[in-house]
Amino acid sequence: MRLDYPSNIKIIRVPCTGKVDVMHLLGAIQKGADGVYCVGCMEGACHYNAGNLRARERVMHVQKLLEEVGIEGDRVRMYNLSSGEGPTFAAYAKEMTEHIKKLGPNPLKKWARAKNKE
Amino acid sequence: MIVAKRKPFEEIKNLLKGYRKVLNVGCGTCVAVCLVGGEKEVAVLNAELDMARKLEENPVEMGAITVERQCDMEYLEILDSMVDEYEALLSMACGAGIQFLAERYPAKPVLPAVDTTFLGVNQTVGWYEERCRSCSSCVLGLTGGICPVTMCAKGLYNGPCGGTNKGSCEIDKNQPCAWYQIYERLKAQNRLDCILEITPPSEWQNQIPRTVIQPGYKKQEKK
Ligand code: SF4
Ligand code: SF4
Repeated sequence: MRLDYPSNIKIIRVPCTGKVDVMHLLGAIQKGADGVYCVGCMEGACHYNAGNLRARERVMHVQKLLEEVGIEGDRVRMYNLSSGEGPTFAAYAKEMTEHIKKLGPNPLKKWARAKNKE
Repeated sequence: MIVAKRKPFEEIKNLLKGYRKVLNVGCGTCVAVCLVGGEKEVAVLNAELDMARKLEENPVEMGAITVERQCDMEYLEILDSMVDEYEALLSMACGAGIQFLAERYPAKPVLPAVDTTFLGVNQTVGWYEERCRSCSSCVLGLTGGICPVTMCAKGLYNGPCGGTNKGSCEIDKNQPCAWYQIYERLKAQNRLDCILEITPPSEWQNQIPRTVIQPGYKKQEKK
């Protein structure tokens, strides 16, 4: 299957979404990413039982933290699919990209750029 | 262990208003176990503060360190060489730890990031329940191991009161009556005579800060 998905997306592989920590998500936004999303297995189908459920809770927690800080919480999202669903993966990537484009760039971007120049 | 809750973010942000360089000091014991003030929570809070202050165009530089225990001078020592660089210290330890930090660095503003809540147990990850109010005269030996000071709405040493109602407390039918539970447990253990013993009221000793010196130790010069 050769499927296109938006090239602005950088994939970070983890053994299970249960490995994704609050700081991974928060740190990405802090460093200027416009959005971050977790793609986990279907709920109920986690090989480690609850990894994807924990990930969802962490995503929801980070959304709350971002709102407190003054950034749209919806820049962080959780998606689920089963491993055979390439087209769904591409569809989610497109959906997330469209969604983030609507929100506009991360307001912290200029600070991240300044830091990169240092 | 001592259980705490994180203060609302707005409150912490307000406490830090006016400071541009702050050291956030976590504690690696009780508050790390109850997931509120350990290394990870220090990192999360610092990230939040960093982002919020940048959005206000008023950045703050947040330092991070987590000591083994803030309630022990021995573990505060490593901060000595660091604190001068900072305008203020933010502490994620319990109230005791925060005060000890303030005592060691009396010239620095020391600000709390958590609300210390109770002495409790870990039901499962992330879920804690109060069990003891440090009354200084423990009656668990007479009450089947259930603390009436904490679990009874009136904190009665001698109960139940007239409000006990088929296992519930009079304040709410969903609130179990501690003294009913004590009765049931003692009955099952064949120790109902314990409930007849009268415990004298607590002295006002718990109104002033208490000191404990364990046998074999004596009060020494403070370091
Ligand atoms: S400072 Fe408080 S939280 Fe830390 S070890 Fe001491 S009692 Fe526990
Ligand atoms: S009676 Fe209750 S409050 Fe008092 S020391 Fe025992 S457990 Fe703690």
